[in-house]
Amino acid sequence: MPASPDSPPDPTGTVVGFARTLQAAGVAADPDRVPAMITALAALNPRRRADVYWAGRLTLCANADDLGRYDRAFTAYFAGEIPPDPRRQTASPVRRLSATMQRVPAAEPETGAADQRTLPAAASGTELLRAKDMAALSPAERAAVHRLLAAFALPGERRPSRRYAPAHRGAIDAGRTMRELLRRGGEPARLRRHTHRDRPRRVVLLVDVSGSMSAYADALLRFAHAATRRRGVHTEVFTIGTRLTRVTRELSHRDVELAMVAVGAAVPDWSGGTRLGELVKAFLDRWGQRGLARGAVVVVLSDGWDCGDPAVLGAQMTRLHRLAHRVVWANPRKSRPGYAPTAAGMAAALPHVDDFVEGHSLAALERLAGVVAGVSVASAERSAAPDRSITEDTRA
Amino acid sequence: MSVADGLLPERGLLPAGVATPDGMRTRLDQAGYLSDDGLATAAFLALRLHRPLFLEGEAGVGKTELAKTLAGILAAPLIRLQCYEGIDASQALYDWDFPRQLLHLRAAEAAGIRDVDRLESELYSRRFLLARPLLQALETTPSVLLVDEVDRADDEFEAFLLEVLSDFTISVPELGTLHAEVPPVVVVTSNRTREVHDALKRRCLYHWLDHPGFAREVEIVRRRVPAASRRLAEQVAGVVQALRGEDLLKPPGIAETLDWTQALVALGAETLNADLVTTTLGSVLKYREDTDRARRLDFAAVVAAVAGGG
Repeated sequence: MPASPDSPPDPTGTVVGFARTLQAAGVAADPDRVPAMITALAALNPRRRADVYWAGRLTLCANADDLGRYDRAFTAYFAGEIPPDPRRQTASPVRRLSATMQRVPAAEPETGAADQRTLPAAASGTELLRAKDMAALSPAERAAVHRLLAAFALPGERRPSRRYAPAHRGAIDAGRTMRELLRRGGEPARLRRHTHRDRPRRVVLLVDVSGSMSAYADALLRFAHAATRRRGVHTEVFTIGTRLTRVTRELSHRDVELAMVAVGAAVPDWSGGTRLGELVKAFLDRWGQRGLARGAVVVVLSDGWDCGDPAVLGAQMTRLHRLAHRVVWANPRKSRPGYAPTAAGMAAALPHVDDFVEGHSLAALERLAGVVAGVSVASAERSAAPDRSITEDTRA
Repeated sequence: MSVADGLLPERGLLPAGVATPDGMRTRLDQAGYLSDDGLATAAFLALRLHRPLFLEGEAGVGKTELAKTLAGILAAPLIRLQCYEGIDASQALYDWDFPRQLLHLRAAEAAGIRDVDRLESELYSRRFLLARPLLQALETTPSVLLVDEVDRADDEFEAFLLEVLSDFTISVPELGTLHAEVPPVVVVTSNRTREVHDALKRRCLYHWLDHPGFAREVEIVRRRVPAASRRLAEQVAGVVQALRGEDLLKPPGIAETLDWTQALVALGAETLNADLVTTTLGSVLKYREDTDRARRLDFAAVVAAVAGGG
């Protein structure tokens, strides 16, 4: 029920309606915040437009990204028109996602289309599936791969944290030793010790969702979902296409299908072109340099096809490399016979990448997880289950 | 206004004579802090409603300074908690003073006190509790609590903050719950290196601080560096505004503008020229890439434009 700021003396209805409009526009504005806006209004002059604006902005917004949406919703609501509800359009992202998945076999007819129908339904099925290029899966195989993907974890390499944990050796823990003494009435007791606790490094995933990656994007995002679901591990996920989108929040749905729908709704640029350089820059400007990339393991999941200037990508990768603890590039095309990193973007990025790995199959993703956890590339490849041998090793 | 009247304390912590956001703005102004409508409203509501103020924005836009100014206006001590990764309850909330407890125990033994229950309750009494910033703020009335750069602390720490910021209480298992008679004014700042948990933000008023516009920046420079001439202040602000328009790794904040003006005043500069800009650029830009990029700007034109436009 839109109303101008100066009509009714009781603002509750107006505020609740406004909060709903905001939610529809994508601002958090959860119901808990509504009373805050009402009290704020009571402390101000609800007949002044500016006061209503600030009362709402200060209480209903939760981050800088909300502010633009807030301004639009505010204008629309108090001018008497309700902006379109994007939630009503959730059907289309699902369709877009499934469209992406169905198009896959048609788009890649040359790879493995023949053995698709003759997959032996035996114990070795899983092994074959693990090594199989995810761009060449039948719908049944894809469902199986999705189930296996759910079991993934992606903890970063471990590093000592500032927090302490009790240990048998290490520095003396004054607090616990004293408490022990107190318990014994001041009699000398055993010295208690503690050391710095280990914790996994933060992992940042940059998933390319542009057209050239459409065969892998869905599986890689499911992989990202599994990675963000682990407790005690801090994983951030961004999609890169024509724009940079942070999807960590969308992926936090417990149910993978719901998470994928949420991601579909949040990402505006499925299957467009990629401007890798500019987007890595956007990531660094907005998130990376402030701290997200510092000390983190940053994984770029992309085929390196860049519509932009490769020099930009090179410069931004240098910057990323300086900030991050390690930069890993996973390229699904690396496994193709005769692959060489000739795409201009890939060639520009490679000198600033610590590990260059594949990312086309379950087994490759397992190796990627090993690399992220700090296992060297060579031993990660050795420990991986039987896979066809990697002959065209183009690692720098 | 009928609904919420009952919910509000009469005046909150507002200083005498301030009844509207505009009044707050004037008061901040008198204390040497130039604010705009949004920030003045935010500060007004924080005091009026006893709600923590969550300030986010680029480094050097005056987040910390606001807390200091509020403390000055309220004549209250500023209690500052600088956050860092791994900060925990014993550094932020309270800690038991073990050496003194032990001494007390020894003294009691020497005096032949055998009443164990009494001894124990004595040992875990308030006088053996060391107040760290958050507890200190609850126990000091009035006070301004500045939780600085909360984004540097890890998620675990936000849980401690939640209890303090929502009820202004701290529970000590051995002692019970301690609460503030009059809650402190709380300012939480974040440079947005990571997203702070929603539960924490929900308890606060959220305000995003932007870089100031040209006119306000000139005013700020004039206030904070009185030795600088009006012309110099305008030229400095003009160049800084131009630099912010460039695509820099770290656009300069107000803190850098002030540093730079001070540097120029120290050099005895009355007005700015392109050479002076190039030689003193190090006070404003802290990355080599940024300096390189900025050197390509035509500073003479920027300075001239400011001088011409007034």
